[in-house]
Amino acid sequence: MAAISRDEVAHLARLARIEMTDAELDHLASEMDLILESVSRVQGVAGADIPPTSHAIAMQNVMRPDAVVPSLTPEESLSGAPAREEDRFKVPQILGEE
Amino acid sequence: MIHQSAAQMSADLAAGSVTAVELANAHFDRIAAVDGDVHAFLHIDREGALAQASAVDASRKAGEKVHPLAGVPLALKDVLTQKGVPTTCGSKMLEGWRPPYDSTVVTNLKKAGVVILGKTNMDEFAMGSSTENSAYGATRNPWDLSRIPGGSGGGSSAALAAFEAPLAIGTDTGGSIRQPAAVTGTVGVKPTYGAVSRYGLVAFSSSLDQAGPCARTVLDTAMLHEVIAGYDPKDSTSINAPVGKMVDAAKKLDIKGMKIGVVKELSGDGYQAGVLTRFNEALEALVSAGAEIVEVSTPSFEYALAAYYLIAPSEASSNLARFDSMRYGIRVGDDGSRSAEEVMNMTREVGFGREVKRRIILGTYALSSGYYDAYYGSAQKVRTLIKRDYEAAFAKVDVLVSPTCPTTAFKIGEKSDDPVAMYLNDVCTIPVNLAGIGSMSLPCGLAPEDGLPVGFQIMSPAMKDELMYQVGGTLEAALESSWSKPLYASAPELAVK
Repeated sequence: MAAISRDEVAHLARLARIEMTDAELDHLASEMDLILESVSRVQGVAGADIPPTSHAIAMQNVMRPDAVVPSLTPEESLSGAPAREEDRFKVPQILGEE
Repeated sequence: MIHQSAAQMSADLAAGSVTAVELANAHFDRIAAVDGDVHAFLHIDREGALAQASAVDASRKAGEKVHPLAGVPLALKDVLTQKGVPTTCGSKMLEGWRPPYDSTVVTNLKKAGVVILGKTNMDEFAMGSSTENSAYGATRNPWDLSRIPGGSGGGSSAALAAFEAPLAIGTDTGGSIRQPAAVTGTVGVKPTYGAVSRYGLVAFSSSLDQAGPCARTVLDTAMLHEVIAGYDPKDSTSINAPVGKMVDAAKKLDIKGMKIGVVKELSGDGYQAGVLTRFNEALEALVSAGAEIVEVSTPSFEYALAAYYLIAPSEASSNLARFDSMRYGIRVGDDGSRSAEEVMNMTREVGFGREVKRRIILGTYALSSGYYDAYYGSAQKVRTLIKRDYEAAFAKVDVLVSPTCPTTAFKIGEKSDDPVAMYLNDVCTIPVNLAGIGSMSLPCGLAPEDGLPVGFQIMSPAMKDELMYQVGGTLEAALESSWSKPLYASAPELAVK
């Protein structure tokens, strides 16, 4: 049985905000199946007593002094904006009309 | 003059027998002559490079004290920001983007007076082992133009092997510095995680990404290492400790009494015969130099690849959410009728390539509720086991060694339709990233069956990067005395246009 269905891949693509064609979904679903089969080897390797590692070199609560330093100007910040209006990023509508 | 080491260029600059402007121009001429075939560079910054070179020449002329690498040219992987210079990460998503700030790596390079020639090609967002995943076309291996130069940093390694630059910067998440170095007969170092600031390094997998130095010799790599490493308050994972003496270590040429562990699990089936032949010869050279070789077992390495291909895509799926078409990068479909979400969906469809989409989807899956414990959680536990394997090994030996890759460079197109086969190429390099330790690849000869470079990997404990330079420098000297010239000098001549 397939580990992941085409519908599941379509759902993941929606969550990841990537539009996909039917052909892309078909292709990816079969690839994902192979990849998941190969990575599922990690399951059950470590016992319940083994803690997870998120960072190899552990550090906690790293702070830097709260000093005022020069930052980007509005012009610099907006230099890569796909669209702008005055000193702001211009974006498509976020809320529905209603 | 382009065939010299960076150390020799540095000496010539100091002696006044060449200027930084002359060196930069010689490299631009070389790039113009060969990069049509090699395609190592995505962008050339002639104006910026010559301005930096002139400034260095003026400082030297005025008798000011400058850094030894001041005026030496460098190729920068296109994943690090350089103010005002295009930074694409090999992706259509960032086409035309000129970052408004320098990465800390670039700040350090500029401070030392290193001349940045341009930005090098890479697999999109550093995801890949062949540079075939670049949205701007593949880079070709200077040793054989029908083969891959490694990845993701194939542009940087190819630039070195083709004498388009004596120094380069790479980044290594699962082997993207070391595997390209191995297949192009050059040297590449992944420093201990946190040794080089990640500020301005476009993130792929934040807990694994590490920038590092690349060059044609161990000494050149050490010199560059000392320039780019160091504490940076702008990166919360930066190590707050003095940078070790890498140059001194590379020059030591003495490993008498050192214990070197050969990783049992990184050998055997699936390894090309010629790779193992050259690897074993290098071990003999280390023994002749006075080291003791012992076999070490690291049983959890068997699961490293699987753990990596869950952890890295998981972090990537989160990191790449920033490419939402709102603040920078391309925007597709914004015709006034569509919502932000629709525009986002269309932009990410067009902006990302196949491999990036594959990893985002895989990461989204591994992190989703219901699957989290089975996939991401299990992978993190395996990461603990791998770290423990290293700790146990380093309790017995000073450094560990293995081949850098199971094979020499494969053909362009050979594995592009089989992601799992492609991922297997990283089997020797990945455990290092999961454990956060330092590692070097240096050339150990040409495989007898295909005449292509073989990489030798040295792994040293976290915060002891000097050790790999000490062993690497000694091995390089021993091998070169048996070859009569450096390996990189044996590369076939490229057609000059």
